[in-house]
Amino acid sequence: MSRPVIRRSLRSPAVRMSAVVAGVVLVAAGCGSGGSSGGGGGGSVKLKYSLWDDNQLPQYKKCAEAFHAKNPKITVEVTQTAWAQYWQNLTTQVVSGTAPDVFTNSVLYFPQFQKNNQILDLTSYIRRDAVDLQQYQANLADVWTRDGKRYGLPKDWGTMGVAYNKEMAQRARLTPQALDAWNWNPVDGGDFGRAVAAMTVDENGRTGLEPGFDKNKVKTYGLAIAYEGGAVGQDSWGPFAVSNGFQYVDRNPFGTKYNYTDPRLTQTLDWFAGLIRKGYMPAYDKQSTVGADGLLQSGKAAMTIAGSWMAKTYTADGKVAFAGMPTGPTGRKTPINGLSDAVYANGRHKEEAWQWVKFLASTECQDIVAGEAVVFPAITTSSARAEAAQQAAGRDMRIFTQPVATPGETFVLPVTDQGDRILDIVQSAVDRVWLGQTDAKSALGQANSDVNALLKK
Amino acid sequence: MSMTLGRRKGRPARPRTGNRARSKENRAAGLFLLPAFVGFAVFYLYPTGRGIWISLTDWNLLSDPKYVGADNYVEVAEDPLFWNALKVTAYFVFITLGVQVGVALLLAAIMVRLTGSVVVRALLLVPWLVPNVTIGLIWLWMLDANLGFVNHLMGKTGSDTHGFFASPDEALLSVSAVNIWAGTGYVALLLYAGMLQIPGELYESASLDGAGEIRMFFTITLPLLRPILALVMVVSVIGSFQIFDTIAVTTKGGPVDATRVAYYYIYQEAFTHFRMGYAAAMALCLVVVLGGLTYLQMRLLRASTSDLA
Repeated sequence: MSRPVIRRSLRSPAVRMSAVVAGVVLVAAGCGSGGSSGGGGGGSVKLKYSLWDDNQLPQYKKCAEAFHAKNPKITVEVTQTAWAQYWQNLTTQVVSGTAPDVFTNSVLYFPQFQKNNQILDLTSYIRRDAVDLQQYQANLADVWTRDGKRYGLPKDWGTMGVAYNKEMAQRARLTPQALDAWNWNPVDGGDFGRAVAAMTVDENGRTGLEPGFDKNKVKTYGLAIAYEGGAVGQDSWGPFAVSNGFQYVDRNPFGTKYNYTDPRLTQTLDWFAGLIRKGYMPAYDKQSTVGADGLLQSGKAAMTIAGSWMAKTYTADGKVAFAGMPTGPTGRKTPINGLSDAVYANGRHKEEAWQWVKFLASTECQDIVAGEAVVFPAITTSSARAEAAQQAAGRDMRIFTQPVATPGETFVLPVTDQGDRILDIVQSAVDRVWLGQTDAKSALGQANSDVNALLKK
Repeated sequence: MSMTLGRRKGRPARPRTGNRARSKENRAAGLFLLPAFVGFAVFYLYPTGRGIWISLTDWNLLSDPKYVGADNYVEVAEDPLFWNALKVTAYFVFITLGVQVGVALLLAAIMVRLTGSVVVRALLLVPWLVPNVTIGLIWLWMLDANLGFVNHLMGKTGSDTHGFFASPDEALLSVSAVNIWAGTGYVALLLYAGMLQIPGELYESASLDGAGEIRMFFTITLPLLRPILALVMVVSVIGSFQIFDTIAVTTKGGPVDATRVAYYYIYQEAFTHFRMGYAAAMALCLVVVLGGLTYLQMRLLRASTSDLA
């Protein structure tokens, strides 16, 4: 129950304690509140807006104030619910008729809400108010479309990098320049694999590269990844598999067939499982509830894969720095993933809700968000401000922004129907690989047919 | 509610009265029963009926339910995860109940025969009074693979550390141990109350005949405790079958389905995957299983008759 754990984007909803406790409190609090968007007297409207990231609550409250100052008749009430309960809360609110007018949307649940006609098609509003879709970072806006209709405006984005302990890297004689130029392949691991081994240290002080290294008495693991990577492995195997040539789905968004049996994926997973076997990564069945970030910060691990939105938390004590993802056989790849704001389709104040969404996706609000330097806003000019704010705070974010500026270095995570069930199926299969119960090929064979059978339904 | 289970038939026949007095009595009885019945109808009867209806539909909460007939039940029968959940649950119930009742019997016997201390009795109940979520959190930290106190102790004494909740082989046992720790005191108290009903003269004459404590336990205490034991078993089996909170806090059904018990699976399908119809169908299947089990237990243990009469 230490610091708040950030649950954002596609990470699986594995709950940490803080999330449970916060969630229970919030759910309990939510039960007491009355109906949604009760319009006050005199034509004034009260909108309800939901989000899940507690780190971003302050800046959106500021946006709400700025919006109210511009539109005195509309008041926005911002509520935050931890990711673990966010979708349950939202769904039950829909059933009980108390859904928020506007809510933060994730690609994982977007198809479900769209399919069930719970989010408003914004196409005509966007056209009417001539919102410039070119102002957003490429690739971000079109994720929220289906069959030519647009269901949200992008608000932010994040990419992945490798967080490493500076002191441990130095001890392994790895310079930041060397780390930035590293490569990786699933056969011998390349520079990245060597770095992992070099930073692993056993209790006798031997590194993973030295003879006599005791894999049963590891003091510092070279690498710790989030084992609960769900269906995409955003902060674990995903970027590596894609840099190896793997593609999740036949097309994106709304693909119809997943490719989980692709050898370029199974090779990648097997390579990671090999790290566990060699003692370079913590054993799955002895992993801690604090997760990879906790291991890195407690010095139990030297490296982990983390998102740009975590940079502020990670670098707070000055021990951790970031390097770019290693270059794989088909190049350097990082997922780019963003969120959008959706309007609840059956709300009473759709026009006001649209005004708020438009404001959220405007430079005005995104510049406020940029100032807090947690995420990169979707609007490119605001995003540059965020980078400047990070720089001013002593954080070099180039390794996160460079892939975005370089063609072909980012990819969009798959958006398909049944996302939440696919997550469970793939997670179970990958868990068996982490445990060493089976190799990736046999674990994912069944999972892939189950997943594709689901998509046909 | 549950306390009446074991008593119904053993009660002496009511003295006969006139018809009129009888009907008056009936009315009064009805009046007294009314609040309970209203509660029963609102909170049990109606939800059950609605649950049965939902189980025949495909309902994701976001759109209106679609009637699909018995499709959900067919899927339940063919779902390996459901059968796995039943297996895991049965295993959990078996271990938890076995250890819990065994230890509780011992504790109760000690309380009856050796000490009457109220403090001891009160202390036994303390873990049971702590909310299960709190218990889950406390043990989650204590048993953590890297930072936990228990592993710290084990490491200090030179033994190998354990993953506990993170290991597929140890997770269910760990959850079970936590529940045993939390529930045994309560069960012991129930059994203790049952033991107090056994007339003291039986023990006196037995000890005059030269029987020791252990012999008396097996020939007097245990047989005469049967109705209470039956009640405890029925309530505990149902209670253990409903294991949910500890798992929701600690393992979330993992690792690799090792602790995905029936109730957690139902919850996941209902509130993570929003498949209300399917979840309702599974829940009803579980009702049938539990009903059958309870019936079997009552029959086997002849719960409604006492050897004391």
